[in-house]
Amino acid sequence: MSLSYVGASSSPDCHLNSGCGFPAPGAEIFIFDEIATFTIGNLEFGITKVTILLFICVFLILGFFIYAFRKPKLVPRGAQNVGEVGYLFIRDGIARDTIGKDGDKYVPFLMSFFFLVWLSNFMGIVPFAQIPVTSIFAIPVAFALIVYVTWVPLGVYKQGFGGFFKNMLFPPGVPKAMYVLLTPLEFLSNLIVRPATHAIRLFANMFAGHLLIATFSIAAFYLLSASIIGILGSAASFTVAVALTGFEALIQALQAYIFTLLAAVYISGALHPEH
Amino acid sequence: MSLLAEVTGSLGSIGYGLAAIGPGVGIGIIFGQGVQAIARQPEAYGVIRQNMILGFALAEALALIGFVAPFVFGV
Repeated sequence: MSLSYVGASSSPDCHLNSGCGFPAPGAEIFIFDEIATFTIGNLEFGITKVTILLFICVFLILGFFIYAFRKPKLVPRGAQNVGEVGYLFIRDGIARDTIGKDGDKYVPFLMSFFFLVWLSNFMGIVPFAQIPVTSIFAIPVAFALIVYVTWVPLGVYKQGFGGFFKNMLFPPGVPKAMYVLLTPLEFLSNLIVRPATHAIRLFANMFAGHLLIATFSIAAFYLLSASIIGILGSAASFTVAVALTGFEALIQALQAYIFTLLAAVYISGALHPEH
Repeated sequence: MSLLAEVTGSLGSIGYGLAAIGPGVGIGIIFGQGVQAIARQPEAYGVIRQNMILGFALAEALALIGFVAPFVFGV
């Protein structure tokens, strides 16, 4: 298990005037050594730091909400207050605004996603964790797939198999001849591009943010040498890295909100075809 | 066939720069119009903000695909 900010690319004695170029971090800082491996059938599985962090996130969220609502009282105190603020934010801010009055049923689904995505993003700026769990592509893909296999069957269930695909692929109020162009485009954008961008948006934001912090952290380390330029440059890079950490905290919450909002919009589209 | 022109170097960076032009303009328009809408009708703040962020997310995805593509295809 290695610290993510000191990746394979940065050797400890590579400094400004020691002759080696700037060791820019690449995709290799997202690859971790396996702590344990096991096989099921022909498939090999490896447990890395990211797997452990994902489990920590899940258990933290489970633990907090079970603790907060273990004995719910009419007048909330302590942890129940915090839990209720989170619940109301999802219910009033996302479910009711986007889905409408039948949105209350989907609040647990949306709330699980919001807090899981937020906490897994937040691992990127927690000391010693320092890797956003969602910057490993498989994890946002899994999240987006869960949303996908929720709203497609939901639409089929609510509108019928024919009705769902008719409303999606043949939007009403369009000249008949336009369907030649519109139907393939709607098929692509709704059933293929939509889940792909849902996953890529979250992944790429976290990947880019982590790479940015890593670049400035390594630059601060690389520039640190016995010269005026080195010391000033190192201090400037370090300041930028700290500022970017604060900026990342904002982006992480925003991306969790966007992920949940889009999940709600897809569910809403499956429930109410007129939207 | 003789080679007339060639681009070498960090093509991934150039690709990302090109991919960021459209979403950059789009995100500017989204937030500009959103702020204008809020100024005209402050009581509709909640709905406007939500739709603003939704539009921002959809536009931003294009730039991010441009950012990830070099890592995926290894240019």
